[in-house]
Amino acid sequence: MLTASDVSASLPEVPYAPSSREPIVVLEGVSVQYRVPKERIGTFKEYAIRALQRRLQFMKFLALKDVNLTIYRGEVIGIIGKNGAGKSTMLKVISRVLRPTKGRVALYGKIAPLLELGAGFHPELSGRENVYLNGALLGYNQAEMDEVFEKIVDFAEMRDFIDAPVRTYSSGMYARLGFAVATARVPEILIVDEILSVGDESFQKKSNDLMQSFQRQGTTVLIVSHNLTKIQELCQRVAWLSRGELKMVGDPAEVVQAYRENI
Amino acid sequence: MTSPAKPLYDSAAQAYPALSELKELRHYRFLLFQLIRRDLVARYKRSILGVAWTMLNPLGTMLIMTLVFSNLFKSVESYPVYILSGLIVWNFFSQGTNAAMVGLIWGGSLMQRIYLPRTIFGISAIGTALVNLLIALIPLTLVMLITGMAIPLTVLFLPVSILLLTMFTLGFGLILSALAIYFPDVAEMYQILLTAWMYLTPIIYPEEIIPERFLGLYRSNPMYWMVKLFRLPIYYGRIPTFAEILPALLWAIGFLTIGWLFFTSKSDEYAYRI
Repeated sequence: MLTASDVSASLPEVPYAPSSREPIVVLEGVSVQYRVPKERIGTFKEYAIRALQRRLQFMKFLALKDVNLTIYRGEVIGIIGKNGAGKSTMLKVISRVLRPTKGRVALYGKIAPLLELGAGFHPELSGRENVYLNGALLGYNQAEMDEVFEKIVDFAEMRDFIDAPVRTYSSGMYARLGFAVATARVPEILIVDEILSVGDESFQKKSNDLMQSFQRQGTTVLIVSHNLTKIQELCQRVAWLSRGELKMVGDPAEVVQAYRENI
Repeated sequence: MTSPAKPLYDSAAQAYPALSELKELRHYRFLLFQLIRRDLVARYKRSILGVAWTMLNPLGTMLIMTLVFSNLFKSVESYPVYILSGLIVWNFFSQGTNAAMVGLIWGGSLMQRIYLPRTIFGISAIGTALVNLLIALIPLTLVMLITGMAIPLTVLFLPVSILLLTMFTLGFGLILSALAIYFPDVAEMYQILLTAWMYLTPIIYPEEIIPERFLGLYRSNPMYWMVKLFRLPIYYGRIPTFAEILPALLWAIGFLTIGWLFFTSKSDEYAYRI
């Protein structure tokens, strides 16, 4: 399905060492069921009355249905599918945000999710303070953050503004700083959810280069995107989700083509 | 398909959420520090007096209460100290529990994106309140000195009082914040409850005015005992007796245990519910 020559073709600068096919993320028969109340019930009174009358009705819907997928150490895997196909839900079970209703998710490495555009920033705090806060949210400690602080400031191109409150930042600055924190340390598993479009063109190029350097250092990357061209360009394998089911996994060109034909 | 190595995370293997939460918290202790720091720093960042407000706030309330009630409660000696020694306890409790509730709802948007030990929001809220409580001891000391009250050695008992109050508040805050996720009305209802609860606790009035027949009712109020644990060593200059410590101890252990078990048993659902 995936040969070494395919990979080196997409990454011409450095020959890619084929991974030892060591699993790093394993999904076994994973299903996620959301319980959506048919009507909004927000008050005690309503809730009590309905519970007594046994009229608490929920629409059960499966966002993921019996998904089996093994992701190997060092690969870049893309996830495609229409809106509502279960892509984000899949990222959520992998990043431990949701526990699957059925099945099992096992991780053999540490996850670093890419927090969207500085989620968790506090507007009144300075950029410096927010860098530490954000790093802590991602599970890093003081020493780990001290080590990479200068690198973050440089990467985000924020040298002059780092001590100003974040509320004075433009949205681009916000996003750049958030991206720089999330990618400051080489992660074992990086999750990228449709946010490669951060910043202007030169920043985008920088983030792409960074992603590739991570990959050379052995990071496993999971990308969710609607940008099929980009997926094909970056990934070694692509998984296609449709209505919560895993339709196809394999060579990017083949899967993307099958997906396109299906629309 | 299974790898021989033990996974770092296994969604199927979590048997005791109450225990694994402790392990996760240990890993995230830097975040705990950062969240407390954020709450302390951000709150007063744009005000000129800054952290001084933490001291001015109880002082202001005390001043108003003294003006309004000191005539009514003439029997109470050094009324400002009496009221302040109860007020700091109440402020800690109401601030801490409210912040735990708001913190978890605020944290909801984060919890849908990344994994965090969910109790961290409640614990950091109580941690912030604890720092505020310690700062509020400064104006209390000043008021004692100004009103000519000697500071009794019995204040050395306060660490025990603070520990029990913190345990109780954390347990209560965890239960409250979990409920607020399921029922948004809880947040509103709680404000009314707090007001009623404050007047049912002898904070601004002396205990002696409580009618004999209601005394039993008063003693079933955990905050009655918590306030006592502070007021005895600060105002009355006496170490609480074992019989006075025991109810507070039981409330503290009981609520913390129940709160922790309840909160962690539900914590996988929060991301689904918010």
